[in-house]
Amino acid sequence: MKRFVLRRALGLVLTVWIVVTTAFLMMRVVPGGPFSAERRLPAAVLANVEARYHLDWPIWRQYLQYLGPLNLDSHGLLGDRERPFGGVLAGDLGPSFRYRDYTVNQILGESLPLSLALGSLALAWAVTVGTTLGILAAARRGTKLDLSLRLVAALGIALPSFVIAGLLVLVFSLALGWSPVAGSSTFAHFVLPSLALGAPVAAYVARLVRTGLIESLSQDYVRTAVAKGLPYSTVILRHAARGGLLPAVSYLGPAAAGVLTGSLVIERIFAIPGTGSHFVASALSRDYTLALGVTIVYSVLIYSLNALVDFAYTRLDPRIALEEL
Amino acid sequence: MASRRWASPLWVAALSLVPLALVAWAWSLTLARALPRADFVFNNGTEVSSLDPAAANGIPEGRVIRALYEGLYTREPIGGNAVPALAANTELSADRLTYIFKLKPGIVWSNGDPLTAADFEWNFRRLLDPETASPFAGELWCIRGARELNTGRDAADTPVEPGAVALGVKATDDATLVIELVAPTAHFLELLAAYQLSPVHRASLEAARKRSPQGWTSEWTRPGALVGNGPYVLAERRLNDRIRLVKNERYWDADSVAMRTIDALAIEDATTAFNLYFAGEVDWLDGNVPASLIDRLLARDDFDPEPYFGLYFYRVNTTKPPLDDPRVRRALYATINRVQICDRLLEAGQKPAYTLVPWGHMGSYSSPPAKKEDLEGARQALAEAGFGPEGKPIGTLRILYNSSEQNRSIAELVANDWSEYLDIDVDLENQEWKSYVDRQSNLQYDVSRSSWICDYLDVLNFFAVFTSESDNNRTGWKNADYDKLIAEARGIVDPGARNALLRRAETILLDELPILPIYSYVSQNLVDPRVGGFGVNPLNEQNPKYWYWMDEPELARSRRAQNKREKKVSSHGPKEGLYSPKAQAERKAGGRTRK
Repeated sequence: MKRFVLRRALGLVLTVWIVVTTAFLMMRVVPGGPFSAERRLPAAVLANVEARYHLDWPIWRQYLQYLGPLNLDSHGLLGDRERPFGGVLAGDLGPSFRYRDYTVNQILGESLPLSLALGSLALAWAVTVGTTLGILAAARRGTKLDLSLRLVAALGIALPSFVIAGLLVLVFSLALGWSPVAGSSTFAHFVLPSLALGAPVAAYVARLVRTGLIESLSQDYVRTAVAKGLPYSTVILRHAARGGLLPAVSYLGPAAAGVLTGSLVIERIFAIPGTGSHFVASALSRDYTLALGVTIVYSVLIYSLNALVDFAYTRLDPRIALEEL
Repeated sequence: MASRRWASPLWVAALSLVPLALVAWAWSLTLARALPRADFVFNNGTEVSSLDPAAANGIPEGRVIRALYEGLYTREPIGGNAVPALAANTELSADRLTYIFKLKPGIVWSNGDPLTAADFEWNFRRLLDPETASPFAGELWCIRGARELNTGRDAADTPVEPGAVALGVKATDDATLVIELVAPTAHFLELLAAYQLSPVHRASLEAARKRSPQGWTSEWTRPGALVGNGPYVLAERRLNDRIRLVKNERYWDADSVAMRTIDALAIEDATTAFNLYFAGEVDWLDGNVPASLIDRLLARDDFDPEPYFGLYFYRVNTTKPPLDDPRVRRALYATINRVQICDRLLEAGQKPAYTLVPWGHMGSYSSPPAKKEDLEGARQALAEAGFGPEGKPIGTLRILYNSSEQNRSIAELVANDWSEYLDIDVDLENQEWKSYVDRQSNLQYDVSRSSWICDYLDVLNFFAVFTSESDNNRTGWKNADYDKLIAEARGIVDPGARNALLRRAETILLDELPILPIYSYVSQNLVDPRVGGFGVNPLNEQNPKYWYWMDEPELARSRRAQNKREKKVSSHGPKEGLYSPKAQAERKAGGRTRK
């Protein structure tokens, strides 16, 4: 267990470092900068603006300053008495270029809880409903119930979330008036978006649980359990489900990372000021620091959730041992 | 072993608690976010880039900054002209180089500190300081010493210390500000009305800088910390969600302010914003209305497109053959079917543009007569240039545009016109915004979609774009006669003489055609019919100070007076209206005399 955690922690640091470095360089290669605009600034003014954000420095120095922890600010090495350390290694993601009144830490601090809350709601219902329906469909395999559940799941996967979101708004907000149209100031505002966000997840989970369960139902150990005379429900829940859940669990790792960091489409449609919109917008506005900030959050989250999935594997499948991972 | 009993009741119970805990956490998070609806809610279209007037440079920023601060001059909502705000009296010397402003007495900041002329002196210096890095600073180079201070270099291009530069802005006493210019500048008061010149509170800014030398920008614009002098103060700011403004009781004209709270939303999606408007949760949409709804909106009395001083045009790369030949550009100009673009595609009342100045006039200026579509003339011009069926092939032209459905549709129509009438192969090339801007700046294009929205109500703002030295030219076009006329016009104050020079300049430009004008913009406000004090002006600048809700009788009167659209839209605003204390007193007095 100790070795597993240690190795994963090391892997996390290495992965994030590679991701940050690649993203940092890729951002700079793309044409246009944070201050290039249709209404061009006079050269002298532009130079002033860029100097303020150290964009006039050579790229290696900008990179070192961004990474930290030594503060290479214009005050010189360790010159700034108030804050000797800066950069990612000191937990400072820098100022945002697009939102001048905010630092990236503040932006993430404001937007991430909203995305996490919305994502949690979506995951909570999607996993509960998806697993239940998947087990039901597998247990009643070949029946009308199975067929209709599979149909609904196929729809949930095939329909893009903006279509689902649009339909939900049309029916529940505009036609019936049961739900607010958009916004984020009450719990009611989160209901429709979490439904739309969770729908494809629920559909995938249901399908994966169904196929996984059907496969493990044909395994020898399940047949043995049935032959022992155990009730069918016990066999499914206690014996078959264990192996049958594996595919769904490995899907849920990366899926949860995506859902928790927010979805651009859902956040736009429901006007939720989460992190999802920053993924695309920060790259488009060449907000170097914000783009790197959301990349870091996403890579940390996806790496940790994958480690969690691996850990869950050892609990679900006795053939996999923690020490081997 | 624990792992053998993975489905034990304890495990199942623990696992099923996880979703419940998540829901409970999400619910508790939303509890802190509840906000009662503001008296007036509008969609600002996007998150403002900054609440620091010196750092901001955009239309959404202006709407919020005008609520939080007030400068020497401001814009009146009807007509949009520059009018005195904090300046009680303005004197101009005979040589038109020195302005003397007397401030209104008793002006205080929102924290109670007195606001004096010294605040303005410090603010002008701050705006021009290279360290402030203000994008608006270049506009102020007409002030003596401003260019040297801002660029850190004097006229002989030797470096100077910012502190050593004598700036032509001086507070001679608490209520008097003297500004000296390099040359007479006809539009100087127009400039002063720009929101970027709103003063900020020196003490709170310097205190924040001292407390956190690196994070001060975000610290002093926080709600509670931000000290302004406008009709509203900042009560709450949620990034990408809303800015809540509350009436500033210390504002000198607080008696004229009606709305007690205002929300500026940052919704970027046009459909979402429209849904909110439709549901009565938003009272004014900034113009970003869904294009597919325009034909239906036109029938309603809450939608009123008005002429807007913006031009949609194509830049032509005049350094690249065959486009370096004016005859080729003339042929391209004369074959664009602008009527089709305006009437079939845009539909909101945009008008074909054939001149540099949108709508063909602005204030006292009117454009010279311009040539219109002329297919025969176009083919002839192309043949004269040696291209066409009997001449050389012209090759493929590429139209560069920034990704948007409307830009693509327009480019498709233009490409179709050129290939049908001139037999030119046209490729469309779309790029995301920053790459597009970069390509345009580096002249890596043949023809490129462009637009220019007027910064202030002075026609020179359009002409200055295409001078040789302008950073915004981006066509490679240089014309010494044009430059000379513009430079000459800058120093002239008499409108008749100035307009004559500018007309000559526009004639040169329309003869050479480094740009192909396509259409003049309209503002597309969708606003609750009950909203009063909402101005119609060619810059579409609105000032929150003037907004109020009409009561039933006034709404009926206003509808009778306008009587523009057939479909009366029911209002979501308060039936009893919401008036400023001053208007309430006047209405009471008026009511008595009527009896």
